[in-house]
Amino acid sequence: MAQKKTLFEKIWNAHLVAQPAGRSPILYIDLHLVHEVTSPQAFDGLRAAGRKVRQPLRTVATVDHNIPTEPRGTPITDLIAAKQISALQLSCKEFGIRLFDMDSPDQGIVHVIGPELGLTQPGMTIVCGDSHTSTHGAFGALAFGIGTSEVEHVLATQCLAQQTPKTMKIDVRGRLAEGVTAKDLALGIIGQIGTDGATGHVIEYAGPAVRALSMEGRMTLCNMSIEAGARAGMVAPDETTIAYVKGKRFAPKNAEWEKAVAHWHSLPSDEGATFDKVVEIDGAQLCPFVTWGTNPGMVAPVTGRVPEVKGLAESDRRAAELALQYMGLEPGKRIEDIGIDRVFIGSCTNSRIEDLRAAARVAKGHHVSKKVRAMVVPGSQTVKRTAEQEGLHRIFQDAGFEWRESGCSMCLGMNPDILQPGERCASTSNRNFEGRQGRGGRTHLVSPMMAAAAAIAGHFTDIRNWKYQ
Amino acid sequence: MKPFTVHRGRVAPLDRVNVDTDQIIPKQFLKRIERTGFGQFVFYDWRFGADGTKNPDFVLHEPRYEGASILVAGKNFGCGSSREHAVWALADFGFRAVISSSFADIFANNSTKNGFLAVRLSEDEVAQLMQRAQDIDDYQLTIDLEQCEVRDAKGFRAKFSVDEFIRHCLLNGLDDIGLTLQHEAEIAAYETQHPAPSALKAS
Repeated sequence: MAQKKTLFEKIWNAHLVAQPAGRSPILYIDLHLVHEVTSPQAFDGLRAAGRKVRQPLRTVATVDHNIPTEPRGTPITDLIAAKQISALQLSCKEFGIRLFDMDSPDQGIVHVIGPELGLTQPGMTIVCGDSHTSTHGAFGALAFGIGTSEVEHVLATQCLAQQTPKTMKIDVRGRLAEGVTAKDLALGIIGQIGTDGATGHVIEYAGPAVRALSMEGRMTLCNMSIEAGARAGMVAPDETTIAYVKGKRFAPKNAEWEKAVAHWHSLPSDEGATFDKVVEIDGAQLCPFVTWGTNPGMVAPVTGRVPEVKGLAESDRRAAELALQYMGLEPGKRIEDIGIDRVFIGSCTNSRIEDLRAAARVAKGHHVSKKVRAMVVPGSQTVKRTAEQEGLHRIFQDAGFEWRESGCSMCLGMNPDILQPGERCASTSNRNFEGRQGRGGRTHLVSPMMAAAAAIAGHFTDIRNWKYQ
Repeated sequence: MKPFTVHRGRVAPLDRVNVDTDQIIPKQFLKRIERTGFGQFVFYDWRFGADGTKNPDFVLHEPRYEGASILVAGKNFGCGSSREHAVWALADFGFRAVISSSFADIFANNSTKNGFLAVRLSEDEVAQLMQRAQDIDDYQLTIDLEQCEVRDAKGFRAKFSVDEFIRHCLLNGLDDIGLTLQHEAEIAAYETQHPAPSALKAS
């Protein structure tokens, strides 16, 4: 009988171009996503070496990180940002790369548009100069973030020399309760295994709670894999996956579609395949989470308190003390008593249509607290159009939320959307690092529903008790 | 790429765990399209106040650590964003290596592309080095990639492991794009069997 293989091993083996003795294996890359921030030095490297882009068709670019979310057409006042955007435009033209530019109806966060255009498909190898490339693993693809030197490497060779990662299975039993989302699952996992709990590993998320997630939910979960240190996160493709991909613009058509689906059905890990590490999580026990510190592993249930630091080991205790000092919090404070100044609903973690629907359902008929400034930043122009067709923008605007253009926005604050020093923000993004959303800004990571509820209440509140209007 | 063989230099201790790449090089400096000149911005928010004044308490501003070329830091160094700018900034500031008990994968990968060494030692060994760098004036270490060894003049000696191929590239300063292109025939054969999907060809 053939050796039992994991989803990861099947994809990895199918993409090995060469395994030179004493060297890292050379892996073929099916899809290379490019954005303005991590690519200019790579294109310059190609020029300096007189190299071309080997597979322009397999390379797709957009602008997302540093662009303003003001109405399109407003001039970009940050001249350095404008130069970076124009560098990408020139490079795409010079090397023949498809670009979804500022004015494109398909522009959006690279990890939102890949899936919605059908570029992201099961069984693929996908890379991008961005750590949240792990998002695409939701489709049963092997997708991981790379640095700029590797961006240049893929542009030049369509391959990467990679050391073989280890495998980890995270088996989520039971079902998530009402009000507990994929974001809470991700935060719960990171809280349990730590921000370096999966370093060197590719995670496969499995179990009934993962199977029950929509594609949007799976993308949120895989997106946060990097916050546990993982090389990538994946979910085996199933009927949910296939239904999502079908009919998308760049999805296979006709006979190619039938062939692709047959292949995708062969991808899930074989029964009895072994992983280097297995973690079990009881999904039914999870609740809505709020981070209290300066990394995504510093997390507490919304019904809980900011933890005591006394009992922790030396290095963890000092890290927790520094985090609390930065966050302006004391141990023992009830999470629901933490008041907020800002709310950000957006980012490659939680800016898809389902996220906006969930947040709008909470916001409907309510009004944002007087002391809070709240913004909703759709992940793409397509998400924005869909939301507007459904009237979600009206719900948000009537409730006092700002409704903006698509981009990475305040997830990393490379554009003008930033926190002021000391401002406290409920954010649906992925990182609560010091200064991530603006110098001195204090970020608490939550789900879209929890963020919307916090905007209205003015403090964190348990979404499971929400009075929907 | 600049080869890395043996390096001896002054050690600076950064006694924090989970130092993320947002701290190493904050986002406002990522808009530049060059590969150089990032050193002035390394650890910017820790080194400088909001008004741009130097924070004299930050370890790299202590005169005794001036000119340090080896950084010792807590576990999970370089976590978070994939920005290679973090390695460029450390290298441009004058560092040749970071020693920690663990590194985030992408940071470690990016290091190897820049002749910069991410040296993994045990937590206990890192704690010893941290202590020595704090206690001893002008504390110097030798990082020897040929022997895969870190040592000082006071009896500290520890072996580290590094992937043999990566070590070979670092020792010789090899361009790994060139190495991959040695497999042109295999890549071309793979592409013949796996052409770009027809859906990508439509405009």
